[in-house]
Amino acid sequence: MDRPDIVVLVKPTPDITKVRFDVETGRVDRESAELEINPFDLYALELAARLRESLGGRVVALAMAPPHAAKALRDAVARGADKAILLSDPRFAGADTLATSYTLAAAIRELGSYRLILCGEKSVDGDTGQVGPEVAEHLGIPHAAFVQSVIDFDDESITVEADFGSCYYLVRLKYPALLSVSRPLSFKGERLEPRIPKLSDLMRARKAPVEVWRADDLPVVDLSRVGWAGSPTCVVKVFYAFERWRSPAVFKSVDDAVEAIVGLLRRKNLF
Amino acid sequence: MLTYAENVDGELNPASLELLSKAREIASARGGKVYSVLVAASENAREVRELAARGADVLLVYRVSGDLLRNYLLHAEALARAIAKAKPGLVLVSATPWGKSVAPRVAARLGLGLTADCLDVYVDETGDIVQVRPAFTGNLIAHIKTATSPVMATVRPGVFPKPAPDYSRRPEAVVVEDLPASPPGLEVLGPSRRKSVNLSEASVVVAVGRGLKRREDVSLFAELAKILGGEYAVSKPLVDAGWFEKERQVGFSGNVVKPKVYFAFGISGAPQHIAGMRDSECVIAVNTDPSAPIAKHSDIFVVGDMYEVTRKLLEKLKTFKSENLR
Repeated sequence: MDRPDIVVLVKPTPDITKVRFDVETGRVDRESAELEINPFDLYALELAARLRESLGGRVVALAMAPPHAAKALRDAVARGADKAILLSDPRFAGADTLATSYTLAAAIRELGSYRLILCGEKSVDGDTGQVGPEVAEHLGIPHAAFVQSVIDFDDESITVEADFGSCYYLVRLKYPALLSVSRPLSFKGERLEPRIPKLSDLMRARKAPVEVWRADDLPVVDLSRVGWAGSPTCVVKVFYAFERWRSPAVFKSVDDAVEAIVGLLRRKNLF
Repeated sequence: MLTYAENVDGELNPASLELLSKAREIASARGGKVYSVLVAASENAREVRELAARGADVLLVYRVSGDLLRNYLLHAEALARAIAKAKPGLVLVSATPWGKSVAPRVAARLGLGLTADCLDVYVDETGDIVQVRPAFTGNLIAHIKTATSPVMATVRPGVFPKPAPDYSRRPEAVVVEDLPASPPGLEVLGPSRRKSVNLSEASVVVAVGRGLKRREDVSLFAELAKILGGEYAVSKPLVDAGWFEKERQVGFSGNVVKPKVYFAFGISGAPQHIAGMRDSECVIAVNTDPSAPIAKHSDIFVVGDMYEVTRKLLEKLKTFKSENLR
């Protein structure tokens, strides 16, 4: 019998220092920069590859993005994914976290049996951290967010350490379950780092097919719940954050600097 | 208005109280009561009194046995039920790791829009609720409306003031309901380790970056932090190198801090780092590179050796201290 899959949600994200942003419309011009796998998701991919060694099953990388994100998905293959699926359809565009998670969940249902869904704790561009737990809710499965460490696992369940705020807690989840992982991430006491693809991996990935799924490939999807149409949140205006350049007093003499620092600490009543 | 009181394992997060000042403000602009939802082991929990003292009119208490207080899926269940019961126009949850685990589940269950990490929430001239959140590592500020009702948002801790308590204030009502058994598939076994530090509340943060030559050299900077009643912190490369825990990290992927004084020793000032400290009252940076980007985010910028500056500063502070004792 085939072992159930490990699904990794990867978000192809632009380099946020290079991407253009249209302040008029409040939209990110995702065409303006090359898309790369969200750095947090690289840890999820690495974890998936490590879990596969014991649990078996395929590692399936799943993304929702414009067509030119196929390159980022091939990178996921180079980093260990067995299969890559790109949800790409103009009707999916403009999705907020609710519509995104709904669409991803619909695609995961279409995939069939899965044991685990892994993703990074947040993306560098959207920076909400909401999609993981929302996907879990749509699928009716438990999740753990801000996972710091995988402690142990077997065929039935996985035990992780998750950040609860002031304290870390141990959480045991029965499969199927979703984990959103933080970095640094450890795996049975070992520090996990995303692998750097070898030349042979890159060659293999270059030829790897990326399946593109369109809205019509998701028979159960309710089109009023995807893309702009399914997104209740709407940016009404955007401002450049008031860039508060400070004008520093610059010191090259250490003694003068120490004098000034002590003065400042006194004014702040810290000393 | 409905606020979610984060009561993790029976420990009320003070950030939950901050939500009440904003809820009261919006309630006075739009009318309506302020509800707070609390998961607790008993309806007489001291948290009920605390929330009423800080401005909650009606308490919706969902009772679970003590060992289930740390099950976030039950908290999500409670919040979903509270929304159905109170039918609020606005739901506020703190953007803590816990809140960001609970709120998205509820939003997905009820089909609601959810805005993350808000810095403000206001009512505009048309009477709509508008949420303000940073975007793109804080370089942009977005104003967001939500088409679904209630409007739901997580709010960054520390942005709204904590209302002054009035312990003579009694809630209009305390509605108690028992929650069903815990949802299947999740077992919260218990705490594994406490965080050693909470940087977001420190009044002085002494941060070191790549300029730190050896792990053990941090003791020098930790001493400076200690003498000033603050905490030491590090930049991301030192966490990535495995030298320090993430709870010591300042930046976009670590902690956001706003102390009275922030020291940046040997930190060049990558945008990711600036995002975590730009709101500090005063910034003192020491760097050997006069063109380090941190300079334009500093009030005092020293071109020099971070070790030398710290040693001399400590010397001076210790001298003052012993003179004052005399």
